[in-house]
Amino acid sequence: MPESVLTGASDETILDIRDLHVDYGYDERPTHVLRGVDLTVRRGEVLGLAGESGCGKSTLAYAATRLLPPPGLITGGEVWITGADDEKRDWLRLTDTQLRHARWSDVAVVFQGAMNSLNPVHRIGRQLTDAIRAHRPHTSAAERHERGIELLELVGIDPDRIRAYPHELSGGMRQRVMIAMALALEPRLLIMDEPTTALDVVMQRQILEQIADLRARLGFSVVFITHDVSLLIEIADRIAIMYAGEIVESGPARSLYHHPRHPYTAGLLSSFPPLHGPRRDLGGIPGSPPDLAALPAGCPFAPRCAWADDHCRTDHPHATKLDDGARDVACWKPLTR
Amino acid sequence: MSDPTSTSSPQAAPTTVAAAPATNGTFSDDLAPAPAMGRRRFLFLRNAKSILGLSIIGFFVVLAIVGPWIAPHDPNAVNPSASLESPSWSHWLGTSQTGQDIFSQLLVGTRGVMVVGFSAGIIATALAVVIGVSAGFIGGAGDEVLSMLSNIFLVIPSLPLIIIITAQIEGNSHLTIILVIALTGWAWGARVLRSQTLSLRRRDFVEAARANGERRWRIIGFEILPNLTAIIASTFINTVTAAVLAEITLAYIGVASLSDWNWGTILYWAQSSGAFQQGAWWWYVPAGLCVALLGMSLALINFGIDEFVNPRLRSTGLNARTLRQRHIRPRVGFTPVVHEVGASGDRTKARKEADHA
Repeated sequence: MPESVLTGASDETILDIRDLHVDYGYDERPTHVLRGVDLTVRRGEVLGLAGESGCGKSTLAYAATRLLPPPGLITGGEVWITGADDEKRDWLRLTDTQLRHARWSDVAVVFQGAMNSLNPVHRIGRQLTDAIRAHRPHTSAAERHERGIELLELVGIDPDRIRAYPHELSGGMRQRVMIAMALALEPRLLIMDEPTTALDVVMQRQILEQIADLRARLGFSVVFITHDVSLLIEIADRIAIMYAGEIVESGPARSLYHHPRHPYTAGLLSSFPPLHGPRRDLGGIPGSPPDLAALPAGCPFAPRCAWADDHCRTDHPHATKLDDGARDVACWKPLTR
Repeated sequence: MSDPTSTSSPQAAPTTVAAAPATNGTFSDDLAPAPAMGRRRFLFLRNAKSILGLSIIGFFVVLAIVGPWIAPHDPNAVNPSASLESPSWSHWLGTSQTGQDIFSQLLVGTRGVMVVGFSAGIIATALAVVIGVSAGFIGGAGDEVLSMLSNIFLVIPSLPLIIIITAQIEGNSHLTIILVIALTGWAWGARVLRSQTLSLRRRDFVEAARANGERRWRIIGFEILPNLTAIIASTFINTVTAAVLAEITLAYIGVASLSDWNWGTILYWAQSSGAFQQGAWWWYVPAGLCVALLGMSLALINFGIDEFVNPRLRSTGLNARTLRQRHIRPRVGFTPVVHEVGASGDRTKARKEADHA
């Protein structure tokens, strides 16, 4: 996808996560799964969040929306989200009622395997418009039905299917219903947690195109979580790479893909073959993901990094801006271009 | 350095790497920490409720063993000159109308209570496991028959039945009482175990074992029973509680043999001699307290088991006191926030300041 998609993004931030800390466990010895994560998403931007399993991608998204189930505990930081009324709110300081009002209308989430969350005994239409009924109780049933049809058309499903039961739809269609449902209240930010993982490649492609198309038409921002970096290069404007509960590198998708600066990003990118362009050797990352309960003192990636020296093993690197501020890299010895 | 592939050190084989995102399947989205083994092994014993419950039980078990030896008097020794004495140095818990030492009766009686309670509990639990698990696992006609059996035992009012049976049997010793209580008390546990087995039977790991051609007893013993441990444990505790209460009731209403001392016998004599009217509180209060204490300790152990078997509660040390101290209210959908990490990111400092405040 050409760099021009970036034009969709403005400078206005929709999501601003500052120094977010998350623990798992309420006792004296919790596991620190997020350790000071900073992340911004601008209006209309698709931000891809990638990393190995267990690096904290989903935790980050759920902590920012306060959806993390017990034993998750947010121990510090701020999450500023711009609502539909252009008001910025710190979601970590919202009351329950405020949170309930803001959810779905300001931020909507498409969960992992969301298509299984449809209630089998209710028709699609009713489930689609449930959120509208809850958030805008004054709307009439006819208006909601109208909106339901509109939403189905939006995701490319025949409006007749509004009276279908979930089992009458295929997996891909159900996933699209879930996306339509997330868009029901026109949120400014859509968080998608591996929305295509359970689908085959063709369906994946269709859904991705659908998301890109909807984004272009409706102008919402997307946080797209996946462990499949090749997907992100297709859809994302910016990519943030997570490792051991930290964002180790973030930058514009194309430049990050072609010129990774963090050794971990480079390893991740060389773990799959490029479909276009010159052939290159498949490399990868030696070792296995770190145990978050027992992280090394210095850079968490140091034990697996080919360039690590004593400095890396003793001192923790902080995110620094490179490439005229376009790139954030948390590495003592970033790769050169 | 511009070649991204150079990240991989020479010894890295591509195979180890291509799978990297998938290697730690179990680790993936459930980031719940795996505590060190030493910490996990005795977690049941770290729970305050189970510690308290087990200590009380332990105390009564010790009494049951040494009680008859350390009893200061013969519980049957009648002493008309010391009738209805209130607690004193020679009679710690006073005396009965016939001058018997209540403290000694209590000590001697503990053994009967514990023996009957635990034996009946063990037999009833064994019956419940055998009948419940086989009903759930076999299914079909066998299940129908076994379920009907447990349903019948469930609807029979057990106490009247126990009274009738015990009254019919000559020379009702501990053994008869144990058997009668066990035979009437297994149905509830069997029912619970059957339902859980039904659910387990269809799970993938059991299906996989079946497809592997494992023998039925092995599937039951290795795949199903370990998953039932918690239910079996709590069934056992519940049956013991019920057995103790049934035994004490039997003794209290005078159906069980009055020559064997137990707490119920003490209450029987206290009641029949009008201890309450005469204000001889030392006669019935200690026995009643012992029953209440034993029941409480069993309930506490059950709570402890409950917290222990729920892996979520177990791995987090979800302990009411810690949660209160840190102002955490765990709920689904509203992740608790504690602003403990200061702007400087200095966690320990922030925590200390919070403690001082």
